[in-house]
Amino acid sequence: MAAVQETVDRVRRIDVDQYRYGFETLIESDKAPKGLSEDTVRFISAKKNEPAWMLEWRLEAYRRWLTMTEPKWARVDYPRIDYQDLYYYSAPKPKKTIGSLDEIDPEILETYKKLGIPLREVEVLEGVVRPEGERRIAVDAVFDSVSVATTFQKELKQAGVIFMPISEAIREHPELVKKYLGTVVPTSDNYFATLNSAVFSDGSFVYVPPGVRCPMELSTYFRINERNTGQFERTLIIADKGAYVSYLEGCTAPQRDENQLHAAVVELITHDDAEIKYSTVQNWYPGYSEGKGGIYNFVTKRGDCRGNNSKISWTQVETGSAITWKYPSCILRGDNSRGEFYSIAISNGHQQVDSGTKMIHLGKNTTSRIISKGIAAGVSQNTYRGLVTAHRKATGARNFTACDSLLIGDKCGAHTVPYIEAKNSSALFEHEATTSKISEDVLFYCVQRGLSQEEAVGLVVNGFVKDVLQQLPMEFAVEAQKLISISLEGSVG
Amino acid sequence: MSLLEVKNLQVRVEEREILHGLSLTVNPGEVHAIMGPNGSGKSTLSHVIAGKPGYEVTGGEILFKGEDLLEMSPDQRSAKGVFLAFQYPVEIPGVATMTFLRTALNAQRKARGESEFSTPDFLKKVRSVAASLNIPQDMLRRGVNVGFSGGEKKRNEILQMALFEPSLCILDEMDSGLDIDALRVAADGVNALRSPDRAMVVITHYQRLLNYIVPDFVHVMSKGKVVKSGGKELALELEASGYAQFEDAA
Repeated sequence: MAAVQETVDRVRRIDVDQYRYGFETLIESDKAPKGLSEDTVRFISAKKNEPAWMLEWRLEAYRRWLTMTEPKWARVDYPRIDYQDLYYYSAPKPKKTIGSLDEIDPEILETYKKLGIPLREVEVLEGVVRPEGERRIAVDAVFDSVSVATTFQKELKQAGVIFMPISEAIREHPELVKKYLGTVVPTSDNYFATLNSAVFSDGSFVYVPPGVRCPMELSTYFRINERNTGQFERTLIIADKGAYVSYLEGCTAPQRDENQLHAAVVELITHDDAEIKYSTVQNWYPGYSEGKGGIYNFVTKRGDCRGNNSKISWTQVETGSAITWKYPSCILRGDNSRGEFYSIAISNGHQQVDSGTKMIHLGKNTTSRIISKGIAAGVSQNTYRGLVTAHRKATGARNFTACDSLLIGDKCGAHTVPYIEAKNSSALFEHEATTSKISEDVLFYCVQRGLSQEEAVGLVVNGFVKDVLQQLPMEFAVEAQKLISISLEGSVG
Repeated sequence: MSLLEVKNLQVRVEEREILHGLSLTVNPGEVHAIMGPNGSGKSTLSHVIAGKPGYEVTGGEILFKGEDLLEMSPDQRSAKGVFLAFQYPVEIPGVATMTFLRTALNAQRKARGESEFSTPDFLKKVRSVAASLNIPQDMLRRGVNVGFSGGEKKRNEILQMALFEPSLCILDEMDSGLDIDALRVAADGVNALRSPDRAMVVITHYQRLLNYIVPDFVHVMSKGKVVKSGGKELALELEASGYAQFEDAA
């Protein structure tokens, strides 16, 4: 709480200097120089035409970061990251402002196709008009740090929904950004979140005004493109009183030689009676079979059920990354608020996953539900780490947790590390955990009926994760199902 | 041409020889019963024909429709028409029976270069077969074999047999765990699938099953070999005199 207040105060303080530096002149270079310094932070801020208060905010985070040390408690093992050997900003070739999707480089569209971005997104990107009544998805495509396309703006505008790159929101809606940025994940929160606060490149900003149900699902595809460029996405979503929004995030990354650092921050805020549903399908490059390369994914995702009767639901399908360090959490501050976490985490090859959630019950009669499905194959390590805690005043808090792990082969590991703290006697927490192995008998049964080994594994795994897949929006679930099968290819001999 | 020719088959499991030169010829339209005491190698034979991992074939060959079966992966054998009804069908939680049936059927058809079944045709077919086997629609929506009774599991095996239309059905201890009513339903299902182009190999301990599924040939296995073959009357003879006489013959 103190940290949040601190951030708010800081934002207020630097507001005074808001326009001292104004909007800096354009810098010709597309890439920040290698390494991290105050100059890098200034470069990024200038590149984004940011007002002075934002630069100050970043610099404060940077100075804080210098005093911090990288956390080591997660069950992941990786070579030391040389933060001075990374690029912190890169942009695609400078383009003129984009008025319509037709102006997007066809090569970029082609890349999306190769990445398997489903037809409906391609349709959206290509401007195909769908029949009235069909559910639509708005895509804010982030291509290597800079948003190159934002669709459906007009219709969202009619509904009063703001959906834009956060770099634009900083300029166009500074009052909203200042009010909410860093209030869920303070700049001092943790090593990676602080780093993100200093150097975040871009991300999405969503504001749904009171009583508005966002007319479509909002979707962003992230992709790392430039070699050696750390990606620092920053997402901020606010559902005002009685509002509802469903947000889909999907990631893919191409093959790489060197490890890439990805440290995103996502903040969600729900006011009274509001709901945010945040779904992720993550498919960063997991590295070569011997474990080299691949994305390091250190993500801080947190939702704040600030209002009474509000709800935040995280659904994630994690299939990629060499290292995953990610705990989408809910602060259940409002009375009767509800947090949900549905997760499928798949690790294959040499992947290491340490993921889970935190449900922090502060308000009265708050409820939370955690369904985690971990699947480990190859020589991977898959850890569920979760915290469920009830504050002294959180009377009537309820949690249900089910953690199931599935092992494929005998060289991988699944671990469950639950932390449960109840500081009042009326809290009721339930925890269930199972670990099982795909048996030879089940696989043989399936192949006897005509399925190939891989189809058989895919089928069994999809059955195992069914409870979570059901939480995803329909089209996303179909993709996720395919992705699960793909990511387990070669996991059986 | 014979449908299945097993010639002088020798099989090991973990350094121990289980089958010592087994031969068996099955023609289309025939029903063969394979009987024998525990440990005589009956189930091993069914597993090796279906291609279950863990068995090492050290000698002999298996021809199916004139082709070398041992060269094929288990799913290829399935697509070619080999069906094994399991003694203990496995459970697959979260995978609806209907989904499983469709995935398997389409995988087989795809492997044969045939078009996938259309949804209405598939549903129509499943429903009519399910009705004939007394399988309620609700069972098709549940996870494969999850929470099924012994009888339901066996009926589900026969349902798949009817859907996939294999040319060779191997029934491994189909009667185990079934009461007499469940056995009759299952046997009726199997009998309905008897046809001039389809052969069946019925593996069982007991003559009882053969009252319901009447075989054309009976083979007695002992210690990894067929020690005696005959007509259906051989089963009755066994029922009267037991397997002991063959222990020495082997």
